[in-house]
Amino acid sequence: MSPVFLILALVTLLSAVAAISFRNLVHCSLSLVVTFAGLAGLYLQLHAQFVGFAQVLVYIGAVAILIVFAILLTRSADTPNHAVLAPGWLVGIAVAVVVFGALGLAILKSEAISKKVPAAPEATVKQIGDALMNQYVLPLEVIGLLLTAAMIGAVIIAMRDDKEAK
Amino acid sequence: MTELQGYLLLSALLFTIGLAGAITRRNAILALIGIELMLNAANLNFIAFWRFGPNPEALTGLMFVIFSIAIAAAEAAVGLALIIAIYRHYKSVNLDEMNNLKG
Amino acid sequence: MFDNITNWIDGLTAMQQFVLFSGVKIFAVFGVLMTCVAYAVWVERKVAAAIQDRVGPNRAGPFGLLQPACDGIKAFLKEDFTPDHVRKAYFWIAPAIALIPALLTVAVIPFGSNLGAQKMVIADLNVGILYTFGIVSLGVYGIVLAGYAANSKYPFIGGIRSSAQMVSYELAMGMSVIPLFLWVGDLNLSQLVISQQGFVGWLPDALGSVRLPNWLVFQSPMLALSFFIFLVAAFAETNRTPFDLPEAEQELAGGYNIEYSSIKFALFFMGEYAAMITASAMMVTLFFGGWTLPWFGLDQPATSIPGGLLHIGIFFVKVVAFVFTIVWVRWMWPRFRYDQLMDLGWRRFIPLALVNIVVTALWLWIRSRS
Repeated sequence: MSPVFLILALVTLLSAVAAISFRNLVHCSLSLVVTFAGLAGLYLQLHAQFVGFAQVLVYIGAVAILIVFAILLTRSADTPNHAVLAPGWLVGIAVAVVVFGALGLAILKSEAISKKVPAAPEATVKQIGDALMNQYVLPLEVIGLLLTAAMIGAVIIAMRDDKEAK
Repeated sequence: MTELQGYLLLSALLFTIGLAGAITRRNAILALIGIELMLNAANLNFIAFWRFGPNPEALTGLMFVIFSIAIAAAEAAVGLALIIAIYRHYKSVNLDEMNNLKG
Repeated sequence: MFDNITNWIDGLTAMQQFVLFSGVKIFAVFGVLMTCVAYAVWVERKVAAAIQDRVGPNRAGPFGLLQPACDGIKAFLKEDFTPDHVRKAYFWIAPAIALIPALLTVAVIPFGSNLGAQKMVIADLNVGILYTFGIVSLGVYGIVLAGYAANSKYPFIGGIRSSAQMVSYELAMGMSVIPLFLWVGDLNLSQLVISQQGFVGWLPDALGSVRLPNWLVFQSPMLALSFFIFLVAAFAETNRTPFDLPEAEQELAGGYNIEYSSIKFALFFMGEYAAMITASAMMVTLFFGGWTLPWFGLDQPATSIPGGLLHIGIFFVKVVAFVFTIVWVRWMWPRFRYDQLMDLGWRRFIPLALVNIVVTALWLWIRSRS
């Protein structure tokens, strides 16, 4: 456990808790940005430079800003004065705690997790590119198709229906 | 506790927080935030296993995360488009007010 | 005296040396960048004056050269007024967030070859360009937060507009540089500069001494198109005219920064100029050869201290030329309408950038087979 890991983990967890517990949605989305940044730091710590910066680019630069955008467009930027928790929230918390218990037990008791730390692996952009173009070329094409479909779908869903407006 | 277990526990906690957020809050945007947190927890798992796993030169974990980030971006775009469409219709983004099948 | 210092440096461990030199580089670059920001404002006012047939600032010092200092003192001494209806915490952090991304981007730009044994770049990342785009994408937060913090209509519209504008043009900007990296085959910005040494090969020999530098923008029409898209996207990303819609004085009375005054306003102002300078530095590095100049052997990494300083000077002059161009455009062009801006981004530049990627890839494929 290096101190860097502990600090990043603490920042990530605290901001994640903040992201789901503030009443005001803008606070939530900005805490989410901090969580994403903490995760990017953890990826760098794990020698995954490419993924770390992709995380900053996609999550902080696009996903989080889209969420802020949606909050501002749906006029939910003010602190709500009604209940923010769903009716069965206690059950929800209980389910979450049970899930964590199961995951934590599996992690701590597992025999399959090797105790030795291998040497830091190298993942250059060239290797990633080679892998994407050779071994993973089919998934890459499918992702491209999926992104196109998602883009068209998002545009059609969000497009104002003129007949309805009249 | 090994370093790998540290990362896995962190990821499990993050997943739990995301799950709690997604199922306890009324707001649709917050449910989406919870889902994003869970996806990120899964990504952290993959990267941690790639780093501490037996053969990192295969890049499998890394590749999975790259694809997962792309899917998360698509999911966020479609999810937010849905939220905006729903807001236009119901003038609300509270999930428990959307109990009406009749348009 | 000088020997003492060199001895002391030689006595340090590699790690200590790394920290020391990085610290020195960060302070030097920060100092130069901030001075440049101050004088970019002066250049802006002088160029505007020249274009509009005025004199411009000429009271403080010769040619008004002390004007930036006076502006700075004024900004600090003015009352820091916080309106009642703003959201206080965001109102405070938004100006800082607006300034930070522009400063962080500079870290991966190679601003010279060598000075002694030191490479003149703060962080020589292998994924350099990915870092740049990651940081550039943070730029939108300062403006959105400012718009939200102000808690009134015009800033809010400015904030929404800018988030849509910057996210849209980020796409065009990101895709415009892909042909470049296909061409070079490396994401490291220092390697990119090295690949731009010498003269272009496609000019006919008959022209004799008329030769073009081997800068990427001259290497092929696809890369020139890349540069054009990047340039336009850079205008949109830095919110400069003709795309300064987040501010749009005539419609939004100043946009996201209406409620700001004194030093907080000055921070937004500095952020805009710092972004302009880093965008210029990016364009110089990506398309115009960075610190290289193909004449007098200036495209080889420097072996002496004066040579290293000369390379930094070359880089600086190129950046200043770009800053001048950006300022010039502001006073010559009208502003786009918002729907025109979005139309241009999504329906012209993004498809154009996509086609450019495909054409470049095909070209490289054909070239590799013949």
